[in-house]
Amino acid sequence: MKNFARTLLASLLGAAALAAQAQTLRIGLAEDPDVLDPSLARTFVGRIVFAALCDKLFEVDEKLNIIPQLAEKHEWSADSKALTITLRPGVTFHDGEKLDAAAVKYSLERHKTMPGSNRRGELAPVTSVDIVDPMSVRLNLNAPFSPLLAQLADRAGMIVSPKAAQAAGDKFGTKPVCTGPYKFVERVAQDRIVLERYPDYWNKGQVNFEKIVYTPIPDATVRLANLKSGQLDYIERVASSDVEKLQTDKRFKIARITEIGYQGITINIGKSEKAQQNPLGKDPRVREAFELAIDRQGLAQVVMDNEAVVGNQWVAPTNPFYAKSLPVPKRDVARARALLKEAGVTNPSFTLLTPTTSDAQRLALVVQAMARDAGFDVKIQAAEFATSLNMADKGEFEAYALAWSGRADPDGNLFSFHGCKQPLNYAGYCDPETEKLLAQSRSLRDVAERRKVFEQIAARVLKERPIVYVYHRKWLWAYSAKLTGVREIPDGLLRVQGLKLGS
Amino acid sequence: MAEFLLKRLATIVPTLIFVSMLIFGLQQLLPGDPAKILAGEEQDPTVIAHLREKLHLDEPLPMRYAYWMGGVLRGDLGESIRNQQPVLDLVLQKLPVTIQLATMAMAIALLIGIPAGIASAVGRGTIWDTLANVFALWGISTPNFWLGILLILLFSVQLGWLPASGYVSPFEDLRANLASMIMPAFVLGNAIAGVLMRHTRSAMLQVLSADYVRTARAKGLRERVVVLRHGLRNALVPIITLGALEFGTLLSGAVLTEQVFTIPGFGKLIIDAVFNRDYLVVQGVVLVTATTYVVLNLLADLAYFAVNPRLRN
Amino acid sequence: MAAVLEPGGLPRDGAAPALPAGPWRRALRRLRRRRSAMFGLAVVLLFVVMALAAPWIAPHDPIATSWSAIRKAPSAAHWFGTDEIGRDVLSRVIWGTQASLLAGVVSVSISLLLGVPIGLAAGFLGGWVDALISRITDAFLACPFLILAIAMAAFLGPSLTNAMIAIGISATPIFVRLTRGQVLNVKVEDYVEAARAVGNPPWRIALAHVLPNVTAPLIVQATLAIAAAVIAEASLSFLGLGQQPPAPSWGSMLNTAKNYIDNAPWMAIWPGLAIFLLVLAFNLLGDGLRDALDPRQR
Repeated sequence: MKNFARTLLASLLGAAALAAQAQTLRIGLAEDPDVLDPSLARTFVGRIVFAALCDKLFEVDEKLNIIPQLAEKHEWSADSKALTITLRPGVTFHDGEKLDAAAVKYSLERHKTMPGSNRRGELAPVTSVDIVDPMSVRLNLNAPFSPLLAQLADRAGMIVSPKAAQAAGDKFGTKPVCTGPYKFVERVAQDRIVLERYPDYWNKGQVNFEKIVYTPIPDATVRLANLKSGQLDYIERVASSDVEKLQTDKRFKIARITEIGYQGITINIGKSEKAQQNPLGKDPRVREAFELAIDRQGLAQVVMDNEAVVGNQWVAPTNPFYAKSLPVPKRDVARARALLKEAGVTNPSFTLLTPTTSDAQRLALVVQAMARDAGFDVKIQAAEFATSLNMADKGEFEAYALAWSGRADPDGNLFSFHGCKQPLNYAGYCDPETEKLLAQSRSLRDVAERRKVFEQIAARVLKERPIVYVYHRKWLWAYSAKLTGVREIPDGLLRVQGLKLGS
Repeated sequence: MAEFLLKRLATIVPTLIFVSMLIFGLQQLLPGDPAKILAGEEQDPTVIAHLREKLHLDEPLPMRYAYWMGGVLRGDLGESIRNQQPVLDLVLQKLPVTIQLATMAMAIALLIGIPAGIASAVGRGTIWDTLANVFALWGISTPNFWLGILLILLFSVQLGWLPASGYVSPFEDLRANLASMIMPAFVLGNAIAGVLMRHTRSAMLQVLSADYVRTARAKGLRERVVVLRHGLRNALVPIITLGALEFGTLLSGAVLTEQVFTIPGFGKLIIDAVFNRDYLVVQGVVLVTATTYVVLNLLADLAYFAVNPRLRN
Repeated sequence: MAAVLEPGGLPRDGAAPALPAGPWRRALRRLRRRRSAMFGLAVVLLFVVMALAAPWIAPHDPIATSWSAIRKAPSAAHWFGTDEIGRDVLSRVIWGTQASLLAGVVSVSISLLLGVPIGLAAGFLGGWVDALISRITDAFLACPFLILAIAMAAFLGPSLTNAMIAIGISATPIFVRLTRGQVLNVKVEDYVEAARAVGNPPWRIALAHVLPNVTAPLIVQATLAIAAAVIAEASLSFLGLGQQPPAPSWGSMLNTAKNYIDNAPWMAIWPGLAIFLLVLAFNLLGDGLRDALDPRQR
């Protein structure tokens, strides 16, 4: 009798566990991801899918510390020009192949050499990858490069199955094979991406769903409606204006994560002749006056319903690399006017280029009103995002309201923007001393030392103001209250390990 | 008949050629370097150069047109630059969805438009006329994206009766499919209902004042018989052939309706492609759409021709 | 009373193009009798007055922002409530009438200015000119209207002016086809043959004899096209390609309002209602005109 009861209980529990395991997690995305090939991928939203599909050498945690994932141990050489990585044993790809040093070498070389690869710049200092033993690789660098670990904690560190990648060539993105907790099942463009549990995942215990379905729904209102009507379990990028009402709904929880990127206004100070043709681009005092005319807190309040953290640097004030000696300035209209008088400029006028997204347009409108108080006449020019990028690249703008999604290492928010002739340096800022400091920051590994260098860079860049940093938005997630295990990691990507949907 | 057919076919080819040039021109002349837009956030110059080469962007316009048309004639509409899927595959995937939406919308439009048109014609000048007019016209007068959002709020969020968005294949789950399509079909059908009402009305008016109807009345037949048996049957032909011509309007309306309801059909595909500068997709889809429209028109003309003996000479 | 008079009757001599006042006055009478058309006309005129009198009747400055009055529900101070940066919705709806009416009228004017001459040329000259124009027109008509408009607006850049140009050009083929059809109908009439026999140059025949006959259907189509153009502008604005901030237009107001439909529905209700009323009015008026000017009605 006792045996029978015990067996019954065990089978019931087993059945319950199985039932729980047969669940599908339904995620609502704000856009349709682009190609699902870690080497070619270029959108933020694609990284959300990768978080479940492809494991990387390293991971980041809530505090942006680099922790192991596929790389169990790592060690820098004495001169910081070689990084030896020891791999986690027992990891297999979705097609059954083993993860070993050869696979890592293949993947990294693919990132560097595949035509059209967007990871080339991220791994630029890596000159070669050596196989030390079947489970260890050594990355050789041409110069010390401290952001390397952060790069390997993102797409550049994703390892793909060499067998599948070689077979598929550049069509790998249509059927990706990686080592993540979920494997690729199907994708219907603009409709859904379906992933299924990979039974041999090395961290099985953390995987609680049988399937994950990602549905792109670009309209935030409709996305939220889907969550509310129960068709989705989790949505990303909730509109800040919807948060207030959602907070009182006990069926849902909200996550607020300060982003690692920023919203700023880029000013053309040297990208083209337009810089010299208008007072904002010509005279740093006029730029200082403009910055002082803005009330950052007011902007965060009106534009983002306070779901943003004010900032004046490329990292948020809470970031360990923030230069504390240069705090966020308060609005000072009187001083702004005085500066304009000193610069001999009356009624300065310039055009603010904004993409046609509603956030950017609201920002432009409020900035226009605020700057008017100091005597600025700001004209707003809206352009489709694609067109605005083109104009910025050619220097056909005076000011440009551009946001950046951010990278885990502050170098990712800094180098491409303030390094001379870098692709994202729309402002046209070029300062030899800053160049030296940037190179130096990349060569140091000690956090305290790097912070000192960043302070110096901040002092120089903030004085010139090629970019007026305004605030750091908060990633706003909304999900069913029954979903537990949600980790609020600042890169804004949902990690599926550890997620559980209760009943 | 055969001569008519041949003559019409002879006009289709130049038309389609002009369509291809029109849409090619519009896409290629769009501002913004497609290579830069497709290159991603980091804007890596090597990637941009690679894309420029792959897309033949540095070659002169006529050459690029030749490349594209050459592929089209071989059945290769190119590849979506954004996610590498062949355009033809995308078209075949999305076409059934939009066709289902359009068909359901047309059915709803007929259900609303024809009775309204009859009521308006028969009760001409009275309050029924006005009411029927407003009833059918409110569809064209309301921006369909606005109506769509309001309906989502009511039926999905407040009442929870219908899904807010998404699409399920009818072969997978017919009920879910209908549930997800009914609102967008209604929004889209509303717009066409007005047009159908107008045409029904004028066709009925024309027919009702015709001699043979007067004869029927004189014979003492009941009004309803006159209207339905004699009037409507003859009015129906131009109304139905109108269906084919309204295909273009349906597709236009579908563009925004699909955007609001997130239905993965043609319309949504085109809008996203225009904004992402995925021009091969736009060109391919418009070419397919235009061809379908032109063929439908031809079939409608043939049907009209066949049915109406008086047009044969 | 079997004979039915066409508007623009039959000139006795081959030269005088005068339209007898009879048919037009009769048409006007027929129009006045249709209540729905009169209602439409009244609403249109009301909106026109609103557009012209905006500076005087709008209670607030439509672009004045107010940080303390963000997304406030309708109240005594703001009859239609405020929007996402504190602007008065009622004032924006009133001022927005200008943009919507302009979008409607200017777009259609462009279509008429381009479409009618091209249609006249096609119908009148015939031959390869007609064939070429007809094929190009067919090509335009084969592409979904909104796609053309979107592609053109994206090409020209987002602004109200460019949206009007895009819509105008996209709608031109309809008028080309309409004009051409009418020309073909009229070309074979006796009085035109007579005019040609007498030795009138083609342009004179076109202007004096053909054009007056086209006027009636053109008026009808134009009225209906204005309705469609207003919606097209709203659609383009919904996609971010129309009137840009801070200038008000109902379409761009709807575009912004869709993000707040749950917590500030008044932002969408009033401009949406305004579009509906104006477009409905033009549609009713157009239908009424069609009946009034249709020679086959008694």
